[in-house]
Amino acid sequence: MDFDLSKPQKLLKQSARDFLSRECKPERVRAAMATDTADDRALFTAAADQGWTSLIIPETYGGLGLGVVDLAVVAEEMGRACMPGPLFATIFASAAIVHAGTEEQKRKWLEPIAAGEMRATVALSNEFVLDAGVADLVLRFTDDGIEEVEGATFERTPAIDETRKLYRVDDRQSCLSEGRQDCLSSTIDIAAVALCAEMVGGMQWILDTTVAYAKTRQQFGRAIGSFQAVQHLCADMLLMTESARSATYNAAWEMTPLAVSIAKAYCSDAYREAANRGIQVHGGIGFTWEHDLHLYFRRAKASETMFGDATFHRERIASLVIDRQSSAAERSAEMLARSSSSK
Amino acid sequence: MDLNLTPDEQSFRDEFRAWLQENVFEAKTVDELKRWQRTLFEGGWAGISWPKQYGGRGATLMQQAVFQEELALADAPQLIGVIGLSLVGPTIIAMGTDEQKARHLSKILSGEEIWCQGFSEPNAGSDLASLGTRALKDGDGFIVSGQKTWTSFAHIADWCLLLVRTDFEAPKHKGITCLLADMHAPGVTVRPLRMMSGDAGFNEVFFENVRIPSSQVLGKVNEGWTTAIAALMNERANLGTGVQVLFRRNLNALIARARSMNRSADPIVRQKLAQAYLELEILRMNTNRALTSLSKSGVPGPEGSTLKLYWSEMNQRTQQIAQEVLGQHAQLSDFDNGMWQYSYLRARGNTIEAGTSEIQRNIIAERVLGLPKSY
Ligand SMILES: Cc1cc2nc3c(=O)[nH]c(=O)nc-3n(C[C@H](O)[C@H](O)[C@H](O)COP(=O)(O)OP(=O)(O)OC[C@H]3O[C@@H](n4cnc5c(N)ncnc54)[C@H](O)[C@@H]3O)c2cc1C
Repeated sequence: MDFDLSKPQKLLKQSARDFLSRECKPERVRAAMATDTADDRALFTAAADQGWTSLIIPETYGGLGLGVVDLAVVAEEMGRACMPGPLFATIFASAAIVHAGTEEQKRKWLEPIAAGEMRATVALSNEFVLDAGVADLVLRFTDDGIEEVEGATFERTPAIDETRKLYRVDDRQSCLSEGRQDCLSSTIDIAAVALCAEMVGGMQWILDTTVAYAKTRQQFGRAIGSFQAVQHLCADMLLMTESARSATYNAAWEMTPLAVSIAKAYCSDAYREAANRGIQVHGGIGFTWEHDLHLYFRRAKASETMFGDATFHRERIASLVIDRQSSAAERSAEMLARSSSSK
Repeated sequence: MDLNLTPDEQSFRDEFRAWLQENVFEAKTVDELKRWQRTLFEGGWAGISWPKQYGGRGATLMQQAVFQEELALADAPQLIGVIGLSLVGPTIIAMGTDEQKARHLSKILSGEEIWCQGFSEPNAGSDLASLGTRALKDGDGFIVSGQKTWTSFAHIADWCLLLVRTDFEAPKHKGITCLLADMHAPGVTVRPLRMMSGDAGFNEVFFENVRIPSSQVLGKVNEGWTTAIAALMNERANLGTGVQVLFRRNLNALIARARSMNRSADPIVRQKLAQAYLELEILRMNTNRALTSLSKSGVPGPEGSTLKLYWSEMNQRTQQIAQEVLGQHAQLSDFDNGMWQYSYLRARGNTIEAGTSEIQRNIIAERVLGLPKSY
C-alpha cells in the first residue's frame, strides 16, 4: 500500500499551483465575483489549455483519460485558489456525459468540452443550478440517461458564494432527478469527490494564511502564535485539514459510495469549522470585506450542502454499514461483548 | 498512490491468517497472555517489524498494520508485552549497545520479560524534563533513588525503561539519562494504583538506593532526553495501529447491540453511529498515510502527535455515542459484562496518557506548524 501521491501526481499538483498563483490571484477572483456571472473567459480558456476540462474524458473523445485521483489533485488546487466561474460545473457535466451519455452524446459534447470550447453544467433540480447562465450546454438526468435542457430560461439567484453563481430554471421544465438510475449516483460521487478535494484545498489555504498571520501579528509584545489558545486553534485546523485530505484521496481512489460519503460528511463539517477558526485567529481584520477569508468562509458553506450535506451522507453511511452488518460480524461482536472488556 | 495491498502484503496476510486459525486461543491471565506471546514468537510472528537480525520478521510498517488487523479479525488476545514490543524494543534497536541488544531483544519478543515505562513522576508529568529521580555515580554504575508514578504494567514488569537525573547543575534537558532497570533488583518497590475505571492498570514505583551498572545506560549519559524523545515518538507512532484494532471491535459490538436492541432504525441513532463509523475509518486512513510517510522517511516525527490527538479524542466521542445509543443499559455492570461502562470510563484516560491533548497541540503548533514557542 502506498498512500501518497505518485510522482506524476505531485508534478501535476505543482504545475496546477504554479498556474493558479500566476493566473488566478485574489484580485482576479474578486473581479470575476463582482460580475453577474463570475465568469472570467480568459481564465477558463487558460485552464482548459492546461487540460483541466479534459482530465477525466477518455482519450477516444479527445480527453486525457486520467483517473479521479488526478482530478482531485487539480481540484484541490482550484479550491485553494477559490477559483471562480464555470470550470467546476463543466467538469461535473463531463462526468455526467462520460457516465450517462449515449455514444452519440459523447461524440457530440466531449470533444468541444475537452477543447475548452464548450462550457456545460448539470441541473439536478430546478433550483441551485451552477453557472447555468454561462453554460453552452445544460444537462439533466432522465430515466435512462441524460439530455440537454432546451428552450429554458435561467434566472440568477444571488447566493452566499459569489464566486460561482446559482440559477433557477423556469417551471415549464422539470429537472428533478431524484431516485434515478445508477449513473446518476456515480456521476454525483465523482463530482462530490472533486468538491471534497476543492474543500481540502480551501482548508489548506486558510491554514497557511492563518499560521503565517499568527507568526507576524504582535499583541502584548509578542506574536499571537505564541499564545496557546491561538496555537490550539491552528493545531485543530491542521488535524481537520489532514483528515479531510485522507478521506478525500481515499474516496478518489476507491470510488465506492461508502468512501465518498465518508469524505463528504467529514469535509462538509471540517471546512466550515476550519474557516471559523481561521477568522477567529485573524480578529477584526478577518471580518472585513477586504480580507479574502470570507471568500473561503462563504465557499465552505456553499460546498457543505452541495451534493448532500453531512447529515445526508451520514444517513447513507448508516444504510451501507448498519443495515448491512453481516451476521458473522454480529456474532463476533456479541462474543466480544460477552468476553471481558478492553481499552 | 495505490491503496491496494501489494502481492507481498497480501501473501503476508494470507499466511498470518492461516496461522492464526490454527493457533489462536483464549487468554486472560498474565500467564496465559505470556503464553500467547510465546506462541506468536515460536510461530515467527513476534516483533514483526523488527529487523531479522534481532529476531524480528523484518516486515514493513504496512505489514505491521495488516498484522494488527488480522489479530483483531481473529479475536486474538491483546499483546501483553506492548511496551517492550512497540516502545522499548525499537529504541534499544536504534540506540542500544550490542550487549543490550543480545540481552534484551529476544526476551521481549518471546514475552519472557515484560517491560514498563518509568517516565512520569509525581512532580514531572507534562514537564517530563523536570524529573527528579536521582542517579549518583558510584564506581562502574549508578545508585538510583526516587519515585515514578502512573507506571502501566509495573506490577507485572521485569524491566523498566527508566529516566533519571544524572547532572543536577546542567539545564534540565541536559542532565537526564535513560537506564534499563531491573524491576527485581533490591530496593525497587511497586505499589499498584487503582484507576478510575476500577482496575489496577498503573502503579507507583519506588527506587531506594537501587544499583544499576553503567552497561545498562541506553544511549549516552546526560543525553537521555534524546533517548526519551525517540521512545515517545515510537510510542505515538506505534500505539495508533494497536488502538485502532480495539476501537474497530468495540464499534462493531456497538452496532450489533444497537441492532439487537432495535435502536438502529432511529434516525438520530443512525446519525451518531455513522459519525462514529466515519471517524474510525478516517483514523485508519490517517494511520495508513502516516505509515506511508514513515516507511519513506524512516524516522517517526512530530506527525505522530496528530494521530495521538485524533484517536484519543475520537474514542471519547465514540464512547459518549455508545452511552447515548444504548441508554442506561450502558451504565450497568452486568450488561455486556460492563464493557460499555468500562470503555466509557477508560476512554477518559486517553487524552492524558502518552502526552495530554494540550501537549500534543503544543507540539503540532510549534514543531509541525512552526509557530513560536509558548513557554
Ligand atoms: C492510563 C494512564 C497510563 C499511563 N501510563 C504511563 C506509563 O506507563 N508510564 C509513564 O511514565 N507515564 C504514564 N502515564 C502518565 C502520563 O504520561 C501523564 O499523566 C501525562 O504526561 C500528564 O502528566 P500529569 O499527569 O502530571 O499532568 P500535568 O502535566 O500536571 O497536567 C495537568 C493539566 O495541565 C495541562 N498542561 C500541563 N502543561 C501544559 C502546557 N505546557 N501547556 C498546556 N497545558 C499544559 C495538561 O494538559 C493537563 O490538562 C499514564 C497516564 C494514564 C492516565
